[in-house]
Amino acid sequence: MGFARTLRAAGGPADPERVQAMLRALDHLDVLDRSDVYWAGRLTLCADPDDLPRYDRCFAAYFSGLTARPGRRRPPPAVVRRTFAAAPGASGGGDDEEVREARAAMVSGTEVLRHRDVARLGPDERAQVDRLVAALDAAAARRRSRRFAPAPRGRLDPGRTVRETLRRGGEISLLRHRAHRTRPRRVVLLVDVSGSMRPYADTLLRFAHAAARSGGRATEVFSVGTRLTRLTRELRHRDPDAAMAAVSEAIPDWSGGTRLGEELKEFLDRFGQRGMARGAVVVIASDGWERGDAGLLGAQMARLHRLAHRVVWANPHKARPGYEPLTAGMAAALPHIDDFTSGHSLDALEHLARLIGGSRA
Amino acid sequence: MSERTTAGAAPAAVASPAELAELLDRHGYLADDGLATAGFLALRMGRPLFLEGEAGVGKTELAKTLATVLGAPLIRLQCYEGLDASQALYDWDFPRQLLHLRAAEAAGITDVARLEGELYDRRFLMARPLLRALETTPSVLLVDEIDRADDEFEAFLLEVLSDFTISVPELGTIHAERPPVVVVTSNRTREVHDALKRRCLYHWLEHPAFDREVAIIRRRLPQAAERLAGQVARAAQRLRGAGLLKPPGVAESLDWTEALVALGVRELDPDVAAVTLGAVLKYREDQQRVIAGGLGALFDGG
Repeated sequence: MGFARTLRAAGGPADPERVQAMLRALDHLDVLDRSDVYWAGRLTLCADPDDLPRYDRCFAAYFSGLTARPGRRRPPPAVVRRTFAAAPGASGGGDDEEVREARAAMVSGTEVLRHRDVARLGPDERAQVDRLVAALDAAAARRRSRRFAPAPRGRLDPGRTVRETLRRGGEISLLRHRAHRTRPRRVVLLVDVSGSMRPYADTLLRFAHAAARSGGRATEVFSVGTRLTRLTRELRHRDPDAAMAAVSEAIPDWSGGTRLGEELKEFLDRFGQRGMARGAVVVIASDGWERGDAGLLGAQMARLHRLAHRVVWANPHKARPGYEPLTAGMAAALPHIDDFTSGHSLDALEHLARLIGGSRA
Repeated sequence: MSERTTAGAAPAAVASPAELAELLDRHGYLADDGLATAGFLALRMGRPLFLEGEAGVGKTELAKTLATVLGAPLIRLQCYEGLDASQALYDWDFPRQLLHLRAAEAAGITDVARLEGELYDRRFLMARPLLRALETTPSVLLVDEIDRADDEFEAFLLEVLSDFTISVPELGTIHAERPPVVVVTSNRTREVHDALKRRCLYHWLEHPAFDREVAIIRRRLPQAAERLAGQVARAAQRLRGAGLLKPPGVAESLDWTEALVALGVRELDPDVAAVTLGAVLKYREDQQRVIAGGLGALFDGG
């Protein structure tokens, strides 16, 4: 069906199964009625409020006889590079000698690289750091869940005890116990992609990808700049480069300005307050260069701090000699932060990962 | 995945979305075209209806009204973190099983095999909402706030909702004679897995437009004067645009109107609004903000 193809081209989730559902839905409706066709499609081909405007656009375009222009493709920003292909030793062929040398350099260079500011790295070094970042484990510490699991000691497990008793003909001979299971705590990362964060945004997003990989579905990632963009779905790609490509497609405001306060408010209104930030470890990666109202940022930080388990702020400029958190935004946010860290180098990111994991190191 | 073409529940005679809208209307629920079509297709296709939208737009209410319209019981599964199969599906009634065993012992029954069989009889099985919904025909199953359950539960639910059978190891498989009408709601605190959404019809509920909201208030609270309903609806619409922590939903407009009616108020003015604001705005910050902005601003032009 042409319409489904149009929608798919624009990025909608119109997979064959959904298209089938739409056709079946139309069996029960009036195929010639525009409104019926609209709803049959909208109810079956969309799966998210974000899908709806796109659906409306495609529907209007397709059924007014025009073919919809496929979604405007932005050229990916320059910060996204292919890491793995460019990595020495990744391509099977090539000069053996050269590869060996590069490998040796890589091993000895790692220690030095650990402490270098990522903004000052050459392309090869960056590729190396990217790979090390991809291997970081940034899952949050676990918290107690309401569910029980069998345990050697703990509270009595009536179900299993009775079952055991039944098996032995009614004699209570063995007590079974259970204890609360643990679950990973949710991690929410808000990565600033505004102009002033440009040298760090890519590495920090890669860090977010590593966190999403190690934290599983308990991790949520957003980019902030002039608009709040949810990146959780994009970062589900296993391969870091594929994920970064998807992310760069999704972010509409690379290297724009910063309206942290407003976006934090949007995050809290739309997601945070309803549950996403409750009891979570929330990491804000930003230099705190607030163009908007610092008072608003302060108020929203206070709100976030009341909801979250811990609030971590990673500011890459913190590591600069003589840095003082003097920008209005940073100063307003500071009273509501549990951990203030840097996140400018591999070492700093490892530290950040440990903070997320709950250690005070 | 099997597709059912029969209607899920009693009045299989619902012939069109418009007719369903009228039936819902008769029971005090005003549905727009989209929601009526969604409900109609859910009945016709035997697919669960997945409703998302802001809190208080009437997601849960739809399931309740649908149950009334169909003359079917509403079976509600409220999701929460840590919800698991024994709370959603079934559980064995252990105390009764033990008692049965003791009674058998006292009566001197020694046939172990028979006794064992008796212990896992249907009468010792306590049906939780999902099993109850499969066993009750017709029924409306409301899976409320699925986003609060963990993702393992989601996967489990997907299995139940795709073939409407539940297998109890000791008893065998229990299959729904006719699948229940299923309404799943979510507040979007968490991304629900795509596989589950794909099984469902997806509908995003918006806050109603002004006229519809007035109509809803009038329908639910006929004691409220037309003018009062209009004022409340207008104020609610303005509050939704005011960037509050928790913008009021239709549920709050109804609460507010009810409070005003209870106080015998016939017309909303800033003084009355000030003392009843707690019925619409549930955060102190929101109340302060609205009061600071001037309560009069909520009604002028109304």
